[in-house]
Amino acid sequence: MVNQPVLAQTRWKWSRTLVVAIVGMLIAAFWTLSQPANSFAAETTGPCVADSATGCFNGTIKGVGAGVKIVISGNGAEVIAVTDADGKWNAAVTTAGTYTLTLDEATLPAGVTMKSEATQTRDITLGFNKGAVFTVNGGTDGGESSTDGDTGSGTETAATGFNWDRLAQQSVSGLRLGLLLALASIGLSLIYGTTGLSNFAHAEQVTLGGLLAFTFSNVMGINIFLTTAIVVVLTGFTGWIQDVIIWKPLRKKGLSLTQLLIVTIGLALALQYAFQIFYGARTLRIVLANPETVTFGPVTLTIESLWAMGVSIVVIAAVGYFLTRTRTGRATRAVSDNPALASASGIDVDRIIRLVWIMSAALAGLSGVMLGLVLNGISWQTGMQLLLLMFSAVTLGGLGTAFGALVGSLVIGMTVELSNMVLPGDFKYATALLLLIIILLVRPQGLFGRKERIG
Amino acid sequence: MSNAVAKKQGTKSAAEYRAELNKVPHKPGSHKPEAILTVDNVSRSFGGLTAVDVDHLEVQRGVITALIGPNGAGKTTFFNLITGFDTPSSAKKLIGGPSSSEAAKWEFNGRSLGNTSAAAVSKQGMVRTFQLTKALSRLTVLQNMLLGAQHQTGENFFAAFFKPVWAAQEKANTEKALALLDRFKLLEKKDDMAGSLSGGQKKLLEMARALMSDPVMIMLDEPMAGVNPALTQSLLGHIQSLRDDGMTVLFVEHDMHMVRHISDWVVVMAEGRVVAEGPADTVMSNQAVIDAYLGAHHDTDLGDDKFLTDTAAVRIEKEVVAEEARSKKTKKK
Amino acid sequence: MDGIIKVLYDMSASMILPTTAAFAIAAIGLNVHFGFTGLLNMGQAGFMLIGAYGFAISIGAGLPFWAAFLIAVLAGIAFALLLGIPTLKLRGDYLAIVTIAAAEIVRMIGRASVLNDVTGGSNGLPGENFRNPFSDLSFFGDGQTTLLWFTFDNTGVNGWWSRAVTWLMVLVFALLVWLLMRSPWGRVIKSIREDEDAVRSLGKSVFSFKMQALVVGGVLGSIGGVMYILPTSLQPDSMGRNMTFLIWTAMLLGGAATIFGPILGTLVFFATRIFVQGGMRLFVPDEILNTQQTEQFSWIVVGVALMLLVIFRPQGMIGNKKELNFNV
Repeated sequence: MVNQPVLAQTRWKWSRTLVVAIVGMLIAAFWTLSQPANSFAAETTGPCVADSATGCFNGTIKGVGAGVKIVISGNGAEVIAVTDADGKWNAAVTTAGTYTLTLDEATLPAGVTMKSEATQTRDITLGFNKGAVFTVNGGTDGGESSTDGDTGSGTETAATGFNWDRLAQQSVSGLRLGLLLALASIGLSLIYGTTGLSNFAHAEQVTLGGLLAFTFSNVMGINIFLTTAIVVVLTGFTGWIQDVIIWKPLRKKGLSLTQLLIVTIGLALALQYAFQIFYGARTLRIVLANPETVTFGPVTLTIESLWAMGVSIVVIAAVGYFLTRTRTGRATRAVSDNPALASASGIDVDRIIRLVWIMSAALAGLSGVMLGLVLNGISWQTGMQLLLLMFSAVTLGGLGTAFGALVGSLVIGMTVELSNMVLPGDFKYATALLLLIIILLVRPQGLFGRKERIG
Repeated sequence: MSNAVAKKQGTKSAAEYRAELNKVPHKPGSHKPEAILTVDNVSRSFGGLTAVDVDHLEVQRGVITALIGPNGAGKTTFFNLITGFDTPSSAKKLIGGPSSSEAAKWEFNGRSLGNTSAAAVSKQGMVRTFQLTKALSRLTVLQNMLLGAQHQTGENFFAAFFKPVWAAQEKANTEKALALLDRFKLLEKKDDMAGSLSGGQKKLLEMARALMSDPVMIMLDEPMAGVNPALTQSLLGHIQSLRDDGMTVLFVEHDMHMVRHISDWVVVMAEGRVVAEGPADTVMSNQAVIDAYLGAHHDTDLGDDKFLTDTAAVRIEKEVVAEEARSKKTKKK
Repeated sequence: MDGIIKVLYDMSASMILPTTAAFAIAAIGLNVHFGFTGLLNMGQAGFMLIGAYGFAISIGAGLPFWAAFLIAVLAGIAFALLLGIPTLKLRGDYLAIVTIAAAEIVRMIGRASVLNDVTGGSNGLPGENFRNPFSDLSFFGDGQTTLLWFTFDNTGVNGWWSRAVTWLMVLVFALLVWLLMRSPWGRVIKSIREDEDAVRSLGKSVFSFKMQALVVGGVLGSIGGVMYILPTSLQPDSMGRNMTFLIWTAMLLGGAATIFGPILGTLVFFATRIFVQGGMRLFVPDEILNTQQTEQFSWIVVGVALMLLVIFRPQGMIGNKKELNFNV
């Protein structure tokens, strides 16, 4: 109470820093966008602006290029939309109601056939954008990995049915996903352990890693190994800067964990759309060359996958060594156990937390690069789609225990890939989330967690 | 049980209940003529550390019993266990677990309380307070009090919409609450947020709130902690008046001198066990009690009881590390 | 000048949209969860979606309006029970993770191609599949009516009828929540937000009360979902996580733990978004930010606004700082 003015002053000082930082980010966004470097940003042909008198139909047809016609008819009007080079199209209508959208199959490139229905109906309200999805077989990037999330393109057809070869293949895929998840979720778990924060923006660190790798490797043509190293350093730096300008001041300000949780959600939202502005909504390839594959018995893997798994194992082992064998690592676990006590025993808690931020951001960035290589591309929502799997893994292992996060990730990775054998692909993430809920029912503290004491 | 007949409250006067204690032997786990609470085989361990291990304990009805012991003796954990806020490690389990003769069981007012939720324990008439006060800081003092009232129609979801259904009861509860606030000298604070009260006032509020439910037995966890000395005297007075109203009081305290004036019976815990029982003056000269207070750990401050598990665990860990270091040194030699 | 007037018109029009009202209903529900009970429900859009599916599929199966509406409400209750049983005894952040996960599960199942015949898969269900029974209830008749500077159909897809019904619902639900919160039931709920253990020690079944609150807020979410799809269409992907975050922003903006906070927050939120988007379209040339990017930029503004709001003014516009407790 005595040093109230001092407190107020510091608060003002850092809040100003935060505002300046955010405004700075926005200005930087404008500046970058006005540069020619943003040639990969999304473009629309003859943009349609939805307002009180207009409704917009739009969509992207993957792999068809420019010139495909879509006829929108209904309510006494007929509008024709034509795709641009990216397969994007849009059209404006001025009456609300139901329209029939017909893709003119004659305008499709040779050898390309419809996968979805060529005629679809949609209704629209003025002032809204309405998407319509047409998918094709045999498009130029038809082989690209499906990142069908919120934009919703075709879904994988269910190749269900059991055989041992498939089991082997899916198990290895599960292990691969598990290891990559572990890279990301160990950081999530360490942050939770040391600060109590459920960081919903952690997934954006993963995405950032992948997108930076795209920039360095694909756009600037840097060797992929060097790219990985640069990305790890850069994402580690973003962890540091985050702690400096956001999390440490907020800790000092005494925000509750719930407030901090909502702050991370806001941050995640802002970052996702910032990625979209910079990189567009497409899936971006980190390495342009077509992946080569290696076959071991029934299991076929790309070279990138093998590298990714190897790197993950080495890095996870290194993190494990750091946490259990080094002085700083043990201090980290002590902070995780009881920050007040650790502080009392002379550990610099703030330093440890900063280290944890750097480390988790770097691990997440690395995971993003690896995911981008394994999934054959990265988009603004790659991390977001995996966030819940990470949380499941961390919860499964016991919130705040790094080793638990590893085991949890492997279990979740396996569940996701193996459930694919009996269930349609649409359900694979749902199965993992369901597993999370069931585990909370049976063992709420997770596999390696402890119960807390009350009173 | 010999006292199975006299279950209901108020058949004898407080003085009579107290007099009965004269015949009780001064040893741990002794049998009381009129036990309101009987505890058997309650133990709780956190990891490898046993925080509470009580074989048998009876608490006499209608008197003030103090539960004392040095920091880290397991008093609060024991409180948590019997009030349903924690589950004994020795509890009966669906699969495995201890045999039924060794499983934890405890009876309150003639009813078994094993596997009973904290809310249900409270409904049976055993109401507790907390060491760190749990005043609902963003509610007013009066709202805090009203929350304590039992059997409120307005707490039913559907009834809640219709004020006439619960208005009369609310009015009666309010009158009762105001009377209690008056008794605890909090009346003029009734419209203040509970968070704005001082530490001692919060303790008083918590006690008054517990009384709103007309408890049979009130369990106070360190009611004197953090209360300024001027208020302590009136707090002690309040506790005594509760007994004189026919209530049973069990309270936790670690300062022995504090309790000698008001307690009719003292139970001493150390390292999770009951080590001595008896009236205050005899207990204080008991060798086991002196050992407990000044014994093995007189050189270490075990800190706040709340951090029992962590502090104790760390202490043990430190000892282990020291042990290892020593053995390494000897090996080198 | 015309541009500015158009933006102002768009802002005011967005404030009376039936979808805005639907949003406000969901925000009132979320406020029962978070503002009053302290439950961290991060899956309010899941409640909306499950209500929307319940309603749309029932109408598709030929049920009358009221039966379908009832099914939507029951779906919300069932979803709340399903989520509450495993999590309400656990710490708050578990509920956050489970609700967000469950909302995603609903969306993933809804958009699965196997269920194309029932849910319409990722394309969802068009409005005319389920809209007519609602429009048929209208007694506003045909034609158009002008009120202030707004001219809409009396009954049509997006006319006065749906505006009147949804906003009336908003007021009724606000009234019901007010009735609840002044009662002893509301007192228990608010006490749980403050300290569960204290409430438990006074003989109240915290689990049961939390469950009731979860159901109430969830049902409001489901009803919000039904009203949200009526003037538009049911699209699972537009009712994902981001929608939940929007509702949170709107609620916190107005002021959690107040009766009118969520409504005010929703109004201001939508008007501001139109203002940001419209303003940028007017003053920022297309070469710098095209339409799609202005849309994206407005989302960044939402994210940053949410952060700043929680940090600097957690009580929102009309909230009382003393009333709001973030320490759940």
